[in-house]
Amino acid sequence: MDSMSDWDTVIGLEVHVQLATQTKIFSGASTAFGAEPNTQACAIDLAMPGTLPVLNKQAVHYAVMFGLAIDAEIGKESAFERKNYFYPDLPKGYQTTQLEKPIVGRGNVEIELADGSTKNVRIHHAHLEEDAGKSLHEGNFRHGVSGIDLNRAGTPLIEIVSEPDMSSAEEAIAFAKKLHSIVTSIGICDGEMSQGSMRFDVNVSVKPRGSDTLGTRTETKNLNSFKFMEEAITKEVERQIDLIEDGGTVIQETRLYNGDTKVARSMRSKEEANDYRYFPCPDLLPVIVSDETIEELRRNLPELPDARRARFADQYSLSDYDAGVLSSDAAMAAYFETATKTSGNAKLAANWSMGELSARLNNEDLSIAKSPVSAEQLGGLIARIADNSISGKMAKEVFEGIWAGEGDADQIIEARGLKQVSDSGALEQLVADVLAANQAMVEDYINTDEAKRKKKLGGFMGQIMKASKGQANPQQVNQILAQKLNELL
Amino acid sequence: MHNLTIAELIRGLQSKEFSSVELTQHFLTRIAELDPSYNAVITVTADQALKAAAAADQRLAAGNAPALCGIPILHKDIFCTNGVRTSCGSKMLDNFVPPYNATVVENFEQAGAVVLGKTNMDEFAMGSSNETSFYGPVKNPWATDCVPGGSSGGSAAAVAARLAPGATATDTGGSIRQPAALCGITGLKPTYGRVSRWGMIAFASSLDQGGPMARTAEDCAIMLNCMASFDDKDSTCIERDVPDYSATIGNSIKGLRIGVPSEYFSKGLNPGTEQAVRAALAELEVQGAELVDISLPNTGLSVPAYYVIAPAEASANLSRFDGVKYGYRCEDPTDLQDLYTRTRAEGFGEEVQRRILIGTYCLSAGYYDAYYGKAQQVRQLIQQDFAKAFEKVDVIMGPTCPSPAFKFGSKGDDPVAMYLEDIYTIATNLAGLPGMSLPCGMVDDKPVGLQIIGNYFDEARMLNVAHEYQQATDWHRAAPEGLL
Amino acid sequence: MSIERHEIEKLATLARIAIDDSTINEVSERLGSVLELVDQLQAADTSGVDPMSHPMQATQRLREDEVKELNQREALQATAPDTEDGLFLVPKVIE
Repeated sequence: MDSMSDWDTVIGLEVHVQLATQTKIFSGASTAFGAEPNTQACAIDLAMPGTLPVLNKQAVHYAVMFGLAIDAEIGKESAFERKNYFYPDLPKGYQTTQLEKPIVGRGNVEIELADGSTKNVRIHHAHLEEDAGKSLHEGNFRHGVSGIDLNRAGTPLIEIVSEPDMSSAEEAIAFAKKLHSIVTSIGICDGEMSQGSMRFDVNVSVKPRGSDTLGTRTETKNLNSFKFMEEAITKEVERQIDLIEDGGTVIQETRLYNGDTKVARSMRSKEEANDYRYFPCPDLLPVIVSDETIEELRRNLPELPDARRARFADQYSLSDYDAGVLSSDAAMAAYFETATKTSGNAKLAANWSMGELSARLNNEDLSIAKSPVSAEQLGGLIARIADNSISGKMAKEVFEGIWAGEGDADQIIEARGLKQVSDSGALEQLVADVLAANQAMVEDYINTDEAKRKKKLGGFMGQIMKASKGQANPQQVNQILAQKLNELL
Repeated sequence: MHNLTIAELIRGLQSKEFSSVELTQHFLTRIAELDPSYNAVITVTADQALKAAAAADQRLAAGNAPALCGIPILHKDIFCTNGVRTSCGSKMLDNFVPPYNATVVENFEQAGAVVLGKTNMDEFAMGSSNETSFYGPVKNPWATDCVPGGSSGGSAAAVAARLAPGATATDTGGSIRQPAALCGITGLKPTYGRVSRWGMIAFASSLDQGGPMARTAEDCAIMLNCMASFDDKDSTCIERDVPDYSATIGNSIKGLRIGVPSEYFSKGLNPGTEQAVRAALAELEVQGAELVDISLPNTGLSVPAYYVIAPAEASANLSRFDGVKYGYRCEDPTDLQDLYTRTRAEGFGEEVQRRILIGTYCLSAGYYDAYYGKAQQVRQLIQQDFAKAFEKVDVIMGPTCPSPAFKFGSKGDDPVAMYLEDIYTIATNLAGLPGMSLPCGMVDDKPVGLQIIGNYFDEARMLNVAHEYQQATDWHRAAPEGLL
Repeated sequence: MSIERHEIEKLATLARIAIDDSTINEVSERLGSVLELVDQLQAADTSGVDPMSHPMQATQRLREDEVKELNQREALQATAPDTEDGLFLVPKVIE
């Protein structure tokens, strides 16, 4: 018996989204990724004695924009609390966060599933808080110690807390991807998962199918890829079901999933004596967001993924599927639209963006922002396909050239002599020559039943393309060939 | 020179009666000779001071010197001073040299003041007797077997002993006013948000406020002109114009309504102290002020509320002292928890540890509502008491503390006996109101302080009233024996 | 009033302060005395009273999102207990 079918899975997510501000949430230090350790940790970030926080306006605005994007209640008066715990990557010994009055209240996110159905996931709230630094366990320092880099300390985050509305890994991933799509579309997060710009904590519990009573949940923390998230959920659901079916009970705990080893483990040690002693931060005052500010942010809110999808389908005559794929990622959508504008051909731009380009980026594990082929360059390439200057096969060669940094499409076509022959006089001569040189094939063609003649055309095409060294425009050749053979009948 | 007030020293410097270098050298010599008896100054910055004094003399000569140009002062060791050890009276920060200045320090530097050094204080400003300092207690210049009060006991004793004409201080529950009273000087805690807290090491962030200590109200006004500023680095600093506190200092106080709260004259008040305070009120009545009986019914709850709120905030504020980024670290920690627990047990003194534990307790699961939540509600009631009183009166007056300076160790082992020392001063911090203390008499040859509590941002009026009192009396001119 | 030993131990753990076994009774007694003082709060009638976290009725100012703090690592780490390669070093962190 498949025991999975006897159980319902209940999943809720807490999502940490790094906001794309220039500076920290409470200090004027840069948030740029990848700097030398502690070179972007100022006195405030290091919690030096006597230093004080001042709130970043852009972080507040980004949080409000997220609230508007999910149609949530905006906390016109929000407040910060201190969450107390000791950890070397937490310089103040408390995290400044929001508890009682978060900046974003209840909202909704609609997700779409593989079978085409949709589902609403309720957002409980989203709050502003500061990120912690990083503990490094291996590095250019002596053995047996950890190194603390506080560059990330104080980076603004919103933590988005969903209701436990998801019932499968598929739904959880669809929700996570939808959030990614929303935050990148409105430009409040760079979406770079590999740099930790979005991190997911997954709460999972199981209960007997149809039961109203929720099971005990576990929290798997800090998943930073959709793939790891899917693996972690699947494994955790299996673990809980196996445990219960073997007569055990699930205990409420925090777990860590290692994406490299594919092993999850309990962090029970961290659970002991957890008492965060939240209280209002006396260094920060109530944060007021005026109706005017909310309306201004609403007016200027960039296009949301759902609206963009509808527009793509309509404006570019794309299939619903293509429109969905191209609109979900803000960077991809922008790329596609630029390539379309440059080339004047949406259909080809869509095919190339989703096909060759995406495959190549995937292979090299690159985000579209880091694509070696710019949208303008792809557009230039597509323009040459559209005006028949090059064949599809040549286009792939040219694409590789652009990827390798050899220049734009036209430069590569020129340099490699890839230009397609479309001069009809020259092509007619070419066809005539090939027919003259292959009398036997021509005889055979004439003597074949009309119904089967079409199949014979391929042989002539092959000869002609070979004679042209691949540069003849195949559509034109096809036309001329059909016409000339017809004349012989 | 050491008996001149800041106002007189400014005139002396401007009329070239003496130079800033001479003045600075004079006070440095006094510190070197006299302070071993008081332990008021824990860091002397003689070289920097003389260099700054020489520069001040050049500016004075050039004729466009700023307000406090060449005036020597001391900073409480709670204010961060760029390149100069800032210990906060704690072993935890005994080796801490900040690479930045507190805004208050910066303001004095801009005004041309000369910093002689840093004053002793109760550890992290937690104490009312200066007995909790890592650097040993400060002795009261009026009676060296007695405490100077706290936490700004070093600043108060230094001003009383004429080691500097003025000093900066901070007040979380009475830490400016109580030592000012016990040392017979004048001190002002401004309205919360009037003086920037940037670079002032936090004890209880919603209560802490920096302010001046000097011998006269006029000097406090001059110092406050420099200390008070809007600072965008402190979110709780209020954006509001700073008046010229010296400009209104000579105004008449005729018609001034002085509220006299019955709760400030209840049992526990030393009879001699009460007599001195009543005499001061009578003097002000003579000058045309009107005494109005008022009630601040929740006064009795201010100490309990304070000893929840202040330790709660402190328990979080002091978590940053963990032996990782700066300050003390225990020897050879075996693991991370050992590093934390031993660093903090060895680096913090007993009183600081106690307050961290109390604050931790009051915020912990199951106790928050009964303690922290309740204390915040009581805080609201206390503020409402004052709001109601200020509908009827312009200022409120009473004793600064229940009795004059007490002997070292006399409060015994019970921390609560010490906490009650602040019974008249704590409520103003909870409400965020300004308060000041000025000398108004002597009991057993020890000074008594008169407290003035003002409405929000009413420091000018308080200084004016205090100055008028000091024009008519000379308690502020009294000096400990041998120090005049 | 005194606090139970296990409660003191829990507080010490939360506050990361090592308390020597020999002083735990004394600590408990003194904390108890302070708690007795603050327990006077329970007598106050605070029904319908809003808690007050800030003395002033002000609201939070917002800072423009401009980089103002440049690298000061050397100065900021000058008094750090243990650093190497720009990192603060601590005994191994076990998650």
